[in-house]
Amino acid sequence: MKIRVLILACSLLLSACSLAPVKPWDRNILAQQKMQLVADPLEIYLDEHTYFSKEASSGGQGVGGGGCGCN
Amino acid sequence: MQLKQTSPRNIRRPLAAATCSLLTGVSHAGGLIASGNNWKIDSALMLYAEKDRVQLAEGVLQVGKEIDDDEFVNVRMVADVLTGASPNGAIPIDSAQTFTRPSGEGTYSAAANKTPLDTSFRDLRGALNVEWDKPLSTYQRGIFSASLSSEQDYLSTGIAATFAQDLNQRNTTLTFGLSYNRDSVMPQGGVPVGLSTMPPFPATKTTTGSSKTKNVAEALFGITQVISRQSLMQLNYSWGKSNGYLTDPYKILSVLDSNLSGDLRASNPYVFEKRPDSRAYQSLYWKGVHQFANENVLNLSYRYFWDDWGIQSHTVDVRYRFDFKAHHYLQPHLRYYQQGKADFYRQVLIDGEETTLAAASADYRLGEFVTRTIGLKYGYEFKNGAEINFRMEVITQKGKDQAADAVGKLQNQQLFPNNEAYLLQAGVSLDSDILMKVLRGLFNY
Repeated sequence: MKIRVLILACSLLLSACSLAPVKPWDRNILAQQKMQLVADPLEIYLDEHTYFSKEASSGGQGVGGGGCGCN
Repeated sequence: MQLKQTSPRNIRRPLAAATCSLLTGVSHAGGLIASGNNWKIDSALMLYAEKDRVQLAEGVLQVGKEIDDDEFVNVRMVADVLTGASPNGAIPIDSAQTFTRPSGEGTYSAAANKTPLDTSFRDLRGALNVEWDKPLSTYQRGIFSASLSSEQDYLSTGIAATFAQDLNQRNTTLTFGLSYNRDSVMPQGGVPVGLSTMPPFPATKTTTGSSKTKNVAEALFGITQVISRQSLMQLNYSWGKSNGYLTDPYKILSVLDSNLSGDLRASNPYVFEKRPDSRAYQSLYWKGVHQFANENVLNLSYRYFWDDWGIQSHTVDVRYRFDFKAHHYLQPHLRYYQQGKADFYRQVLIDGEETTLAAASADYRLGEFVTRTIGLKYGYEFKNGAEINFRMEVITQKGKDQAADAVGKLQNQQLFPNNEAYLLQAGVSLDSDILMKVLRGLFNY
């Protein structure tokens, strides 16, 4: 299962790397706040804190941010 | 021809667009910009309530400022207050149950056929996170952070560093992150000895000191790739290792009579849980963001998580933002989380097992369950870049009873404490210039 997920994800990214690069002057859409990987940092922070206290899995998006005694 | 003067905020937007970094969690491009003497201010208040259980109010204030060219400092302050009741790990039975409070000062009870809840659950937490985000060279960035979280019975301190290398005309970003946390737990009434009995009040539990520590180290390798003018995706691999006291000092297990009738054993029918003192975990995380021709945005992610406790989980998260005229937007949110149980998860023990097992926990968070979330967010973006938003979510958790543990009359009980929670959040984002204008307008100065 782990291997299959890894192969699928890597294949997707490798195929993406072969695409024509988007030039800086074509990045007006990518620069919008709603197009950021974390468009609303506080919403994601609150979600991660909530699920960290309710589930055994956490993380994946980044490192740091601090722990708490809720789990 | 006279050129129209453009405000600094409007100049920075296209500049940010041209140089935008793809680094996880960094979003200086678009929206409000912290530059010059201007501070970017994000705030949110979340109310979280579980049916008949925990209630939480959590406020977050984050301020960010550009302290040098493309160099930022972000400070996040969090305060939360938590009250209510939490499942203590014991099972419901066909008669009332009485438990000694963790502090050893009194008792609490559970009615017949009801999930036992520890009603002494309340806490006040304050947390601070300071982040320094700095260019290391033309194509490299570093983000360095320190964090502190303090509550009555828990203290967490941490540091983290993330490095990002842009490649391929900034269409590809490689990320490498490291973090280290050192946490201390100071349980009420001391640290119980794992799998020792919870003696009936007024006797007190056997303890092994008043505090314990744990260390958590994590590493992350990531790649972010621009796919097109409207799409980008990210893949992260994370590894983490926890060492030290990983047990929840407040959770217990019910111990059944060895005749397998489903009755509790006659004396001392509850023992404190005990978990292994190390845990290694890994995850693969993929996220894609795409903007359609109608300017709606799809944000889709998937995480596969596994650890050496035997837990595996799958998480799918979908947010779809509908943009409407006049700067309004709606964003439905769906999340599906499916988790397998830890090897040492038991809903009950049979008399005598507590002396032979190396670890056992009835904490439902280590069990087999599914979490489903459905939510809706509404936001309004002002012309000056400020935003207000509100969201509501419903979260349900449904777990599986273990056939091996549901012996005798327990087959008639719901052993897994299913849960239903509601989340309300209100948020405001603005910058210090806008805030001062609003204040001047309010107080006429």
